[in-house]
Amino acid sequence: MNTKRNFGLGCALLGAIGVTTAAHAAEQITFVSQGGAYQQAQTVAILDPSAKKLGITINQDSIPDAWPAIKTQVGSGKPIWDVVDTPTGYCLRGGEQGLIEKLDFSKIPNAAAMPDAYRSPHSVSYEFYSSVLAYSQKTFPKDAPNSWADFWDVKKFPGRRALRNHPIATLEAALMADGVAPDKLYPLDVERAFKKLEEIKPNITVWWTSGAQSAQLLNDGEVDMEMAWNGRVSAVAKEGAKVAFTYNQGILQSTSLCILKGAPNLETAVKFLNEAVDPVHQANLPLHIDYGPGNPKAFETGVIKPERAAQLPSEPANAAKQALMSYAWWSSPAGEAAEKRWASFMQK
Amino acid sequence: MTTPVPDPSLRYQRREHGLMLALVSPALLVILLLIVMPVGWLAWQSIYHDGFTLENYRRIFTEEVYWRSFALTFEISLAVTVLALLLGYPVAYLANTVPKGWSILILALVVLPFWTSVLVRAYAWLALLQRTGVINQLLRYLDMINEPLALVHNTFGTVVATVHILLPFMVLPLYATMQKIPSDLMQAGASLGASPSLTFVRVFLPLSLPGVIAGCTMVFVLCLGFYITPELLGGGRTVMVSMLVSRNVELYNQFGAASAVAVVLLLSVLLIFFAVSRFISLDRILGQK
Repeated sequence: MNTKRNFGLGCALLGAIGVTTAAHAAEQITFVSQGGAYQQAQTVAILDPSAKKLGITINQDSIPDAWPAIKTQVGSGKPIWDVVDTPTGYCLRGGEQGLIEKLDFSKIPNAAAMPDAYRSPHSVSYEFYSSVLAYSQKTFPKDAPNSWADFWDVKKFPGRRALRNHPIATLEAALMADGVAPDKLYPLDVERAFKKLEEIKPNITVWWTSGAQSAQLLNDGEVDMEMAWNGRVSAVAKEGAKVAFTYNQGILQSTSLCILKGAPNLETAVKFLNEAVDPVHQANLPLHIDYGPGNPKAFETGVIKPERAAQLPSEPANAAKQALMSYAWWSSPAGEAAEKRWASFMQK
Repeated sequence: MTTPVPDPSLRYQRREHGLMLALVSPALLVILLLIVMPVGWLAWQSIYHDGFTLENYRRIFTEEVYWRSFALTFEISLAVTVLALLLGYPVAYLANTVPKGWSILILALVVLPFWTSVLVRAYAWLALLQRTGVINQLLRYLDMINEPLALVHNTFGTVVATVHILLPFMVLPLYATMQKIPSDLMQAGASLGASPSLTFVRVFLPLSLPGVIAGCTMVFVLCLGFYITPELLGGGRTVMVSMLVSRNVELYNQFGAASAVAVVLLLSVLLIFFAVSRFISLDRILGQK
């Protein structure tokens, strides 16, 4: 009895060893994103097809805020992650602090073909979302606010308002309200932006902190117009709430892919990076979730139907109406100073 | 004089003390490992980052934002403590005077909200207080208001929800103290011709003060560290100290910047208690003189 069991155990152990060697033989990487419906959509559209095409194993992990983990993993000298999908600003900051690998774009032709504004020496755009002006169709059945100047015009558009309790995208909106063209925003005139924000401050009912909160405010009729992320507004609209948004003067934001400094599977990670921004895989993403592809060439593949494309933040015609966020500016000393100034603005 | 005989009771007492110490040592060890050491480590980080630095503290004492948050936090905590006392004292008093069955029911109702999470209760207040919430709709239906009142997304909403969450911490110590007040004393007061209200003011109230102090301390200190309620119901303007802590982790990307805020909060609480104990003898309040 005892021997038999040990024999069985031995077989199982041998089997396990066999499996581990096999896994080592095949190339693999660890990919990290933010979890939830978003990571699920990527798995179907991008991750599984890429793994199949490259013949590699993609191990997935997820974390809402990857930045502290990137710092500790690289700081320890033995990172376990390879590729991370995180807000572009972190990729840039990580690049400056030596936490992120510099990319060799000759090995990443798909990224090399993308416009300069869509990549940095350390990262490649992966998907787009937008901070848009959203409003209640009950309050504004017609003649809805259509620009940040309208949002600031409390006489012509009376109603309660909400903005995000964060300077990123909010300062951009303030400057556009003050007449700065969407493509002439950077470097931001921080002084002018805060001055314009002081103007609207008494009329802001809520400064929201989470995307869920912004959706609830609009859904419950707590505010009549607000800045919100396009995916949140369309989710509320899908559930039947009378809300809408405009891409006009939206602030186009992105998450990017980057590779941790000293990643355990660097070569495979670079191969994966190229595959992940392949126009066809990228075109598949918006079929599963309300985010736009990071590679603009995805719109030329014919995978995304014109009706669907028109709903997406990074579709060329929509993108042309918006301001493309400069993460380089936000991670510069001026950007960091503006971020620190926000708190004193809020509490005054 | 007889030769001193070792007092057997004393020996017994000493043995008991030793046993007690042995029994509490696991708990002490846990506190040391999980509270004292991490707090010490965080405090250390606030002054040490690639060498000794007072930058984190310089920032707190020179930037106005920090003063505003500290002032607001103490204001809110004071308001919450006073409201919890005004609401909690009658409840504890009632629970103390009614027959046992009723008092169990009252205390059960007080403790009941403990079984739902703080987050759920914050959202419940949102549903009650917001513009399209229950209270505003009721008032409009009754024609008492024309425009919805701003009951939430401000300090008011934060205080209301915080009082609700912290009320049990006021009622329970009050009830425990009141239970120990002998009812004979009130009868004695009455038999000497004092009216019920006079007996209450001269006899019951002073004797219940230790409970008041315990409850107020508990509520005040707990309120100083509140995070979820001001975050959800404060509308972004109500920035309490705990929110500064989380904001500093984001802004400066190091624990020291955040833990310095916590250290200052801890020290100011200790300072307040020190000041209070200098002006009012705690002994006299506790009735041990």
